[in-house]
Amino acid sequence: MPSIKLTFKTLISEKGLLRLSLLFAILFWLALIVSDLFLLFAQINQANAGITQEIPYLFLLLFIIFVFFYFRLRIQKAESINFIDLLWHVFSTGLIVSLVQLAIGLFFYLLSDSKLLQNDLAVNFFYHINIAAIIVFLTSTFVVWKRLILYQKNKRLLLIWQFFEYGLLATLLFNFFQSEFQDWVFIGLLGIFFLFGLILSFNLKWIAYLNFKQKWRSILLLALVLLYLYYFLTNLFNFSEEFNLILDLLPNVFVLSLSAFIFIYALISILVILFNLPTSSVFEQKISEVLNFQRLSQSIQKGDNEDQVYNVLLESSTNAVFSLSAWLEIYEKDRKTRIFKSNITDAKIQQVKKSIQESQIFPYLHKHQSESFQKNLNPNKLTANLNDPDYPSTLVVPLVIQDRQIGLLVLLKDVEDGFNKEMIDIINSFVSQACISIENFELLSEALKNERYKEELKIAMRVQKSLLPQELINDDNFEMFAFYESADEVGGDYYDYFRVNENKTAIIIGDVSGKGTSAAFNMSQMKGVFHSLVQLELDPQSFLTKANSALSFCLEKTSFITAAYYMIDSVEKTVTFSRAGHCPALFYNHEGKSVNYFHNRGLGLGIVRSNNYEKYIDVNQISYKPGDKLFLYTDGIVEAKNPEGEEFGYDRLSDVVSTYGSESPEKIKEKVIESLYSFIDSEGLDDDYTIVIIGFF
Amino acid sequence: MINIEITKEDEISIITVAGDVDASSSIHLDEALTKLVKESSVKLIMIDGTQLDYISSAGLGVFMSYIDDFKTNNIKMVLFGLSKKVQNVFEILGLDQLLNIVADKKEAKEKLYEIQS
Repeated sequence: MPSIKLTFKTLISEKGLLRLSLLFAILFWLALIVSDLFLLFAQINQANAGITQEIPYLFLLLFIIFVFFYFRLRIQKAESINFIDLLWHVFSTGLIVSLVQLAIGLFFYLLSDSKLLQNDLAVNFFYHINIAAIIVFLTSTFVVWKRLILYQKNKRLLLIWQFFEYGLLATLLFNFFQSEFQDWVFIGLLGIFFLFGLILSFNLKWIAYLNFKQKWRSILLLALVLLYLYYFLTNLFNFSEEFNLILDLLPNVFVLSLSAFIFIYALISILVILFNLPTSSVFEQKISEVLNFQRLSQSIQKGDNEDQVYNVLLESSTNAVFSLSAWLEIYEKDRKTRIFKSNITDAKIQQVKKSIQESQIFPYLHKHQSESFQKNLNPNKLTANLNDPDYPSTLVVPLVIQDRQIGLLVLLKDVEDGFNKEMIDIINSFVSQACISIENFELLSEALKNERYKEELKIAMRVQKSLLPQELINDDNFEMFAFYESADEVGGDYYDYFRVNENKTAIIIGDVSGKGTSAAFNMSQMKGVFHSLVQLELDPQSFLTKANSALSFCLEKTSFITAAYYMIDSVEKTVTFSRAGHCPALFYNHEGKSVNYFHNRGLGLGIVRSNNYEKYIDVNQISYKPGDKLFLYTDGIVEAKNPEGEEFGYDRLSDVVSTYGSESPEKIKEKVIESLYSFIDSEGLDDDYTIVIIGFF
Repeated sequence: MINIEITKEDEISIITVAGDVDASSSIHLDEALTKLVKESSVKLIMIDGTQLDYISSAGLGVFMSYIDDFKTNNIKMVLFGLSKKVQNVFEILGLDQLLNIVADKKEAKEKLYEIQS
C-alpha cells in the first residue's frame, strides 16, 4: 500500500510559510505589547492584573522564534546569494532599524517637556517598538553570519554551530526562571556563549573569495554593523536607565549573547579582511588563470573557431604573467604565417625576432624542431634576457601538436629576468591546453567532413534507387521481374522501361562506369536521355546513336555507359534490339529448352564521340513464343569472383537459366542468385547485381 | 597486382601488362601510356597482353581515353596476345572495333606496318 505522506512543507509553499511566520511574529509582538501594558496598568493602579509576568515573556519568546524562523527561510533559501549581497542585507536592515530608533529618539527629544514622557504606558509602548526593531536586526544578522560561517562547512563545524544555535534559542527559556537564578548563572551562560561565538568566528573562508574591491566594501559594511550595534545597545541601556520599564530587554542572555557574537564576528572579519587585502591580487590572479584555462578547454565545445582559441591564449598568457607585449605566430599549411599581436607593431616584432635569434633560445628550439619534438622541452630554457632596450626579457613557447609545430608564442617584459618558474609553468600549461583544443578542433572538423561524405553517399544511394522504376509491367503479353542489389558503395546499374504505344514497350538496361556519386549522377543523365528519346519511337540503332551523341556532351572523358535497348512488339511477337557495349542478353527458348546469348556488334556509349557511332552498332530481331524468357543482367553477375579468383562467367549463368528457364521469372532469379552466392562463397557483395527477366505469354 | 614494363624494339615501344587491371591498378597503365604519348619520337606502340589475366571496365576506360590522343599525334597501337576471356571483355564493350587486336607479336608487327603506311 502506498504510504501517503503529507508533511507541513508540502502543505504550505515556501512563500506561504514566509508570510505565515511574519504574520505570527507580528501577532505575538502585538500580544506582547498588550499584555505588558496591561500588566503595567495594573501595577500603576495597584490592581491585580490577573496575569503573571510569565505571559509577556512567553509572547516575547514566540515573537523571537517567529522572527528567527522568518529570516532563516528568507536568507537561507537562496544558495547563490553572494557575500556582498548578504552584507548589504544586514546593512539595509540595520539602516531601517536605526531610522526607527532615531525617529523615536527625535520624538522623545521633541516631547521631553510634555507629560507624555511621564506616562510609563507611553514610554513602554515606544520601547516595545524598539524591542521589535532590535530583535529583527539581531536575528537577521545572526542568520547572515550563519551563512558566512557555514560556507564550505564540514560535519564537525555544522555540529558545533547547531549546538550554538539551539543553545542560544534555549536561553530564551531562562527568562522564566530569572528570579530564581543567581547572577553567576547568568554570567556563566553569557561566558559560555561568548566563547562559543569566538570559536565559531574564526570560520572566515568566504573572505578568500572576495576580490580587492569587494573586500573594501565588506569592511565598510561590517564597520557600519558595529556602529549600529553600538547605537542600539546604548539606546537600550539609556531606556533601561531613564525609564521604568516593564520588560527590560537588556538583562537577557539571548540578546546579550547574540549581540556579542555579532560584534565579535564583525570585528574579526574586518581585521582578517584588512590583513588579506595585500594578497587578494594573488588570489584574483589564480582565479583568472583557472578561468582562462577553462575558457581554453571549453572553447571547442562552444563552437568557437581556431582564431578564438588563439586570441584567448594570447590574452590569458599576457594577463597571467603581466607581460608588456606579446605576439603569437601561427604557421598555416600553405606556408603563410598569421600573427596575433598584443601591444606591439610589426616592425618591432621583426626587430625582437632578430634578438631572439641571437639568444640561446633559438638554437635550443631549433634542435628540438629537428627532432620533431620527440623529447620534452625544458621550460626553463625557453626564457632569456634579450639585447633589446624595450624588452630585456622574453619567454618563447612553441605550439606543438603531436610532432608538428603549429606556432610560436612570444611574451615580452620590460624588466630583466621577468619570468619566474611559476609563470613559465602556467604559460606552458596554457599553450598545451590550447594545442589540445586546436587538435580536438581539427579532429572534430575531420570527423564532420567524413560524416558529411557518408551522408552524401546515402543521398546518392537514395537517388539511385529512386531512378529505378517502382512498378513493372505485368499484363496479358508478358510479365517483368527485376532484382537489384548494390554493394556498400553507390553503383551505376540502371534499368527502365517505357510503353511506347499499346503494342510496343521499350526496355533498357545499363551500367555506368565508375562508382559512387559520379556514377549515380551519370545514371540520372542516362535516365533523362532514355525518357526523352524513347518517346520518339526510334528503332534501337537510332536510339543508341542519339543517346551516344547526347551523352558525349555530358560524360567525362574516361567515363562511358554500357547499355542494351530492347523493343518488344507484342502484336508481331518480336524483340528488336541493339547493344551498346552491354553484356549480351540471354534468351531462353521454351520449345527447345535451350538458351543462347544475343551476340551482335555494339559499342559503349561515350566511347566514340562522333556521328560515326552508328556504324559500330548492329540491329537484330528475334521472334518469341509463349514461355520464352528474356534474361537481362549487368556485368556484376558474370564478373563475381570466388575466393580463388575465378569468375562466375557466362557459362555458369547460361546453365542455370537453361535449367530453370521454364519456371516463373521470380523463380529463375532466385535460382541464379542462389547459385551465384554459393559460387562466390560469401555474403559480401563487391559490385551491383541487377537482373531483369521478361517472361512472354 | 599489376606489372607494367616498357621496352623498345627498333622504333616500336612495347608495353607488357601482366596481372589484373582494375580500378586501382589501371592508374599505372594510364601513367605508362601518358609517358609514351609525351615522347614525340614514339609513333608505334604494341601492348603485350600475354600475361594479362583480367581487365575491368576502368581498365578499358584507359585504352578508350587514348584513342583520340593517338589519332591527333598519329600514333599507332596494336594489342596482341590477349586471352580469350580478356578479348571477350574488349569485344563486349565494342572496343575491338576501335582498337587493333591481333593474336601474336608477329601479327602485331605486320599490322603496325600495315596501318602505318
